[in-house]
Amino acid sequence: MKQIAHDQPLLVAEGLSKWYGRQIGCRDVSLALYEGEVLAVAGESGSGKTTLLQLLSGQLEPTAGRVLYRMRDGVTRELAALGQAERRFLFRTDWGYVHQDPVLGLRMAVSAGANVGERLMAVGWRHYGRIRGTASSWLDRVEIDRSRIDDAPITYSGGMRQRLQIARNLITQPRLVFMDEPTGGLDVSVQARLLDLVRGLVAELGLAVIVVTHDLAVARLLSHRIMVMKGGEAIETGLTDQVLDDPHEPYTQLLVSSILPP
Amino acid sequence: MHMQGGARLPVVSGVAFAVRPGECVVLAGPSGVGKSSILRMIYGSYRCDRGHILVRNGDVTIDVAAAEPRQIIALRRHLIGYVSQFLRALPRVTTIDVVAEPIVTVGVSREEARRRAAELLRRVNIPERLLGLPPATFSGGEQQRVNIARGFLPDLPVLLLDEPTASLDAVNRAAVVDLIAEKKRQGTAIIAVVHDDDVRAAIADTIIDISRFASAA
Repeated sequence: MKQIAHDQPLLVAEGLSKWYGRQIGCRDVSLALYEGEVLAVAGESGSGKTTLLQLLSGQLEPTAGRVLYRMRDGVTRELAALGQAERRFLFRTDWGYVHQDPVLGLRMAVSAGANVGERLMAVGWRHYGRIRGTASSWLDRVEIDRSRIDDAPITYSGGMRQRLQIARNLITQPRLVFMDEPTGGLDVSVQARLLDLVRGLVAELGLAVIVVTHDLAVARLLSHRIMVMKGGEAIETGLTDQVLDDPHEPYTQLLVSSILPP
Repeated sequence: MHMQGGARLPVVSGVAFAVRPGECVVLAGPSGVGKSSILRMIYGSYRCDRGHILVRNGDVTIDVAAAEPRQIIALRRHLIGYVSQFLRALPRVTTIDVVAEPIVTVGVSREEARRRAAELLRRVNIPERLLGLPPATFSGGEQQRVNIARGFLPDLPVLLLDEPTASLDAVNRAAVVDLIAEKKRQGTAIIAVVHDDDVRAAIADTIIDISRFASAA
């Protein structure tokens, strides 16, 4: 496990807002994320969580505000000012993006090995044997049997597909991973396995993660800090156990008290 | 405290005390008076409305009540340990790794961490055959001892104990009293909530009655 090496944040958002016409997506959100830190963005559907994630990962242009990212060379840059090549580098190497629906994050018709190896090829790996070897060891890490390496994910179960998507994202050793409801749509037992796996990998690799979830149990298990969103605004932020054990905002209280006991 | 519908529940006010290295302070008073809340404020799980919680680490003093979330995370890794009443078990994680985790996080190798975890688990009488199993299905007393081992494994300057012996039998209570005495000899400052009179008598250097700080609700 890496120590939190830098005292400079990895990612900073300042006054991010997004309007869809007259409809608010997200209003005046600011945050700073440090290396090795897991931030959960929680709230109900329509609260602006996914908009925020897309703004932070440069997939949407903000109406106002900006996102800053500390590149691998230590220089902090504004996302909007990056060129195409630099953005591609971020997306292929330094960032991961885990979609709720693995179909969006995988190529369903090609083999699992190719899915996992693709990002290595994108960053210049050419030796087939080494790519396959690294891909196999990542299948092990996400608990997919190596014998399935030549099968396309279309033949995989939902939980396996999600684990494959995670391997595909982590193989280039990104520093920051965005996750959009990574356990949404999975059975409870499959969810538990995935969460435990993600939790272990995040700690082991010292990843910074921004995970969007409506499930406060997921937030509690994975995150150090939490941001609760409602109507496009961040209404409460803090340490995850602080916010969940002693929520100050009535809306957060409502969310917390709505959790069904196991 | 903050409850449903924006209601506020006053718990304690004007609480003041100090704990020295190697000292054990026991918070006393009837149930519901706010003892556990004070521990949680010190650990940073509950926010304080007013006041300071100062933790000295060498020459540096940090105010938990004013600390940023990142500072609190660092405080928990390096300064303040907390043994809650109940183990929050994670699916699939084995007992030995539940206990080893806090020191793996600060850089001890997994192998070494597991070795130390096994040793501590033996001292609280968790049978060897249970170490490879997740503790979710263990008895209340076993889970509590796993929780104690997890909290006691790192050598942190401050240790908060919330009813560490509540569901233990006499043999295991004695084992925990031994562990606490050992921590005190190492210079750990301990703040505990303990209802058991024998345990309290065995560990407490100072007893503070929290009911005198209770807010009239």
